[in-house]
Amino acid sequence: MNNSELQNIIGSWFPNPEANTISEVIEVSENEEDQEGEEKAQEPINPSLLEFTEEGSQFLNISVKPEHLHQLMSQLKSNSETSFDYLFCLSGVDWGKELGIVYHLESTSHRHIVVVKVKTEDRETPTFDTVCDIWPTAEFHEREVFDFFGIKFNNHPNLKYLFLTEDWEGYPLRKDYVDEINMVIK
Amino acid sequence: METTILNNNFKSEEYFINMGPQHPATHGVLRLLLTIDGEIIKKVEPDLGYIHRSIEKMCERDSYQQIVHLTDRMDYLSSHINNEAVCLTVENALELEIPNRVKVIRTIIGELTRIASHCLWWGVTGMDVGALTTYFYGFRDREMINDIFEETCGARLTMNYNIPGGLMYDIHPNFVKRTKEFVAHFKTKIPEYNELLTGNVIFQKRMKGVGILSKEDAIAFGASGPVGRGSGYSCDVRKHHPYSALDKVTFNEVLKTEGDSLSRYEVRIGEMWESLSIIEQLIDNIPEGDYKVATNAVIKLPKGEYYQKVEAARGELGVYVISTGTKNPYRLKFRSPGFSNLSLLNHIAVGGKIGDLVASMATLDIVVPDIDR
Repeated sequence: MNNSELQNIIGSWFPNPEANTISEVIEVSENEEDQEGEEKAQEPINPSLLEFTEEGSQFLNISVKPEHLHQLMSQLKSNSETSFDYLFCLSGVDWGKELGIVYHLESTSHRHIVVVKVKTEDRETPTFDTVCDIWPTAEFHEREVFDFFGIKFNNHPNLKYLFLTEDWEGYPLRKDYVDEINMVIK
Repeated sequence: METTILNNNFKSEEYFINMGPQHPATHGVLRLLLTIDGEIIKKVEPDLGYIHRSIEKMCERDSYQQIVHLTDRMDYLSSHINNEAVCLTVENALELEIPNRVKVIRTIIGELTRIASHCLWWGVTGMDVGALTTYFYGFRDREMINDIFEETCGARLTMNYNIPGGLMYDIHPNFVKRTKEFVAHFKTKIPEYNELLTGNVIFQKRMKGVGILSKEDAIAFGASGPVGRGSGYSCDVRKHHPYSALDKVTFNEVLKTEGDSLSRYEVRIGEMWESLSIIEQLIDNIPEGDYKVATNAVIKLPKGEYYQKVEAARGELGVYVISTGTKNPYRLKFRSPGFSNLSLLNHIAVGGKIGDLVASMATLDIVVPDIDR
């Protein structure tokens, strides 16, 4: 399946309620010159709550809000048209202002690949839902992210440090991590 | 009758035992915290980080040429393939046209690396289950490959032969001759391996039906390499996402469906034959041409994200680079095969005995620096 077909299928799972209501509003208020409606209509409205892009990547990228993450992931795996059953990479990323996770998924039957991204601006207690229940391999990968980025996972069966010692302070792979003794900065 | 009564009076209770960090079967500095009841394993919890060097953090301050050298120190038994993964990522991002000569040489050395790694694995697997002889046989044949590498790359283990854009230098004049000698030699040795170990009754009993992993679980746990293929899961990156000269050769993906330790063992033995066949197809046809293309002294990847997967000796190695257009990657993640393969250890070891855990560990073929990146 190619990327645009994938985008249509996955996008239709999360219809944007605003997109529908605004188009209705425009239809109703066509003659009433509802200024608010017109202003909004000038911007292209995403029909889906998910954002899709292929820019700067060889795969289809899906950005999802944390509250929709778990539902999207379980559908990506269970839907027979997508059936992404192989989570081959799970990376934590510090984008400076935001923290987030990048999931690389492949389907072993259809052999297509997507990348799912989720971000949060909360740097104090960043939390996402776990995907361990969908792909058991995520258990270790999420623990690694917890070690190095301090991102917590709801409903994770065994969320504790995997690599670091229990008394480790700070999250080493974050961009603002400082260690004046052991880190060589060039 | 008396024994039955006695057994009723004995009650076992769960307790913890540490396996490692210096246990010989863990092949490195890995501690397994076992919860056992008698000799039956209830839970295996790996404790990692004893040799973690934070290679991913170091990559964020290094140039792309320097990163290649760090990857040697991950899975040191497939160092050439690790180097290749980073080089391919950089070359694809820069859209460099790589000469065919480079592609063929990379593939030949990659397959030699795979054989060398499987030789060492075969040796230590035998040793783990109590057959010390295999260790010396495996190392004897691996030594021939190391000599070839030493002549061409100048190093035996951490080769650093790949650079972004090609190879560090051209192959040694003896390379073709010695590789052919090795192929001829090794073809007589694999049957010897089978005679010595594969058919051995004790070995079969230690391996057969031990550590069973179903195909569904293999996919769900992200297994790759011989571990996945031992469960009948077709996961060879060389087949599904061919790179370098692998699209020009024909080879079979070795698959076994039993999913136990013995089938993982047989997959690796079969893979050695396939690697020999790939080398034979390429060794007489190394194209003439340059051994590298010129790159800028300072490599800057265009802004964007890049992912490259290759088939290392232990499975799928992924390199995920986020570039902001500077000379260093903004974030670089290595998806190492050992990490995912280790995560399924608890699943296959529970309900077995400690001796079975050693056999399972041996056929998972874990290299700890690959996990503690």
